[in-house]
Amino acid sequence: MTINPTRLHELEDMARRVRRHILTTVHAAGGGHVGGPLSATDMLVALYFHILNIDPTNPQWEDRDRFILSKGHSCIALYAVMAERGYFPVSELITFDGIDSRLQGHPDMARLPGLDMSTGSLGQGLSPGVGMALGARLRNKPFTTYVMLGDGECQEGQVWEAAFVAARYRLGNLVAILDLNRLQQYGWQEPGGMRPPLDDPRRQWEAFGWQVSVVDGHDITSFVEALSTARQESDRPAIVIAHTVKGKGISFMEGDYSWHARVPTDVELARALAELELREVQP
Amino acid sequence: MKSAKIPQWTGDPVQPLPMADVASRVAAGLCLVEEARSNPDIWALTSDVLNSTGLVPFAKAFPERFLNVGIAEQSMMGIAAGLATCGKIPVAATFGFLASMRACEQVRSDIAYPNLNVKIYATHAGVALGKGGTTHHALEDVAIMRTFANMTILEPADVLETQKVMAAAVAHQGPVYIRLRRGPGPVIYQGELAYQIGKANLVREGNDLTLIGCGRTVGECLLAAALLTQRGISARVLDMHTLKPIDDEAIAAAARETRMVITAEDHTIIGGLGGAVAEVMAELGLATPLRRLGVRDIYAGIGGEDELLAKHGIAGPQIAAQVMQFLE
Ligand SMILES: Cc1ncc(C[n+]2csc(CCOP(=O)(O)OP(=O)(O)O)c2C)c(N)n1
Repeated sequence: MTINPTRLHELEDMARRVRRHILTTVHAAGGGHVGGPLSATDMLVALYFHILNIDPTNPQWEDRDRFILSKGHSCIALYAVMAERGYFPVSELITFDGIDSRLQGHPDMARLPGLDMSTGSLGQGLSPGVGMALGARLRNKPFTTYVMLGDGECQEGQVWEAAFVAARYRLGNLVAILDLNRLQQYGWQEPGGMRPPLDDPRRQWEAFGWQVSVVDGHDITSFVEALSTARQESDRPAIVIAHTVKGKGISFMEGDYSWHARVPTDVELARALAELELREVQP
Repeated sequence: MKSAKIPQWTGDPVQPLPMADVASRVAAGLCLVEEARSNPDIWALTSDVLNSTGLVPFAKAFPERFLNVGIAEQSMMGIAAGLATCGKIPVAATFGFLASMRACEQVRSDIAYPNLNVKIYATHAGVALGKGGTTHHALEDVAIMRTFANMTILEPADVLETQKVMAAAVAHQGPVYIRLRRGPGPVIYQGELAYQIGKANLVREGNDLTLIGCGRTVGECLLAAALLTQRGISARVLDMHTLKPIDDEAIAAAARETRMVITAEDHTIIGGLGGAVAEVMAELGLATPLRRLGVRDIYAGIGGEDELLAKHGIAGPQIAAQVMQFLE
């Protein structure tokens, strides 16, 4: 599945719109996450506008591809993409975080049609993904299940419990995506801190029996190609390890963990939106 | 058990209580630093939520006694258990929903069962992380922790009481679940505060009925009591800061000396403060009417903390309005 230049341009445009929604919505709500959503934006746009076999007018369609945002705190990006894709009006984004909104601070499938799983407690999303992939196989359904994980999230043991069993059951219809931005909420930022020595996700996932590819998660073309390759093997689950930048797209947020869940001030919002505009006119 | 619509207070409003200038979790973190200065055995652990739990000052003051175990709450409880076997007093800090539910079995089997000296520092209790939605609410934690033998459960109502709770928790030998909130709460106590684990504080005298709160709802009960004076009702208010072991004597006295007992908790009404009070009253054969206010067997929904407290009938005016309804 390749992308022609016009299509690529449209998707990149969409990613900019989504980034704008993320910033304006979190700003208006006075709460929410920013860094993780911006890191995942390009991949979510590629998934919902180019890869997933879905029908927004029929969110319960049995044969639809499934998508689980295991790093559920990044849901404002998912909501923005879903709104643009037609699951609900873009005007509803403003209700984010409001009392009784369908757009909860972490995704709630019982409220918002189109969500395939409720998430928010990290480390849990891959297991339901395994269940869905098994369900598809047992019922002879053609759909693929995609699960997006955060790299910090993979410190949870449950991720590896699910990784083990997915390979055991040869779930070729399960694709994980690792949003590898190398930052988390706090991590080991203090001087003298260090990341664990075995911190090479490719080796980790290969050791667990997964098919692994490594791409730039902000390069939509290679991300889409990696996903189509991932789906070709029928007897191994696949993971696309996507190198990303937390806070991607806004210079003063990029690579700064303090933007994990910080609300931009009016001035910061204006600066951020101006940067997005600027990027639009540049080739 | 599902509630009908929560009635609204129709009388005059009263002056709200003054708010603390420091968030509950931040105050708790600072108290822990104070304790750790005089007690070199105190260690702090967190699972990547250092800033959210208010432990940054601890990590800065005692880097050699601080551990970030990564986003791995279950493992954190096990590590804390191991440290406790080496004579340390580990304080394991994370959100309440994770401490009580994600790491539930580790807390029971690795900490409570062997009766190890671990302090579980659980923040964002109740609907304090209101906008985080259901996954991030801790509305079941007291009910869960209460069933673990050896576990003590403490919930401070304000900053001064947080100091007392922290000091008492580290001095106590055995596992303690410390239930903390997120943001700043009302000021309940000033000056001297006598504090003893297991002994409820009488925060307002009254002889018509008794309101029992814990943590954030103590302030709400005080507000309700003030509103109720407009209707000529004198309400006693108890701060049940120790949810386990619960103060049966204070409960018995309330049931004997006043005509109704009302519990208010930022928690499900099943198995928490209301459940504990009901158990005590029933076993003592006290037939005084009891009403439990709290989240009524539903998920609380999303919203700001104050909005959710009002929605679930545990903010002062809604408590007062419900009391009037009960009395009808
Ligand atoms: C089980 C669990 N532990 C802790 C948290 C609090 N928390 C929310 S996001 C986050 C950091 C996530 O880091 P990562 O998975 O790398 O995501 P990203 O950097 O893309 O935001 C933490 C610790 C949580 N939601 N769930």
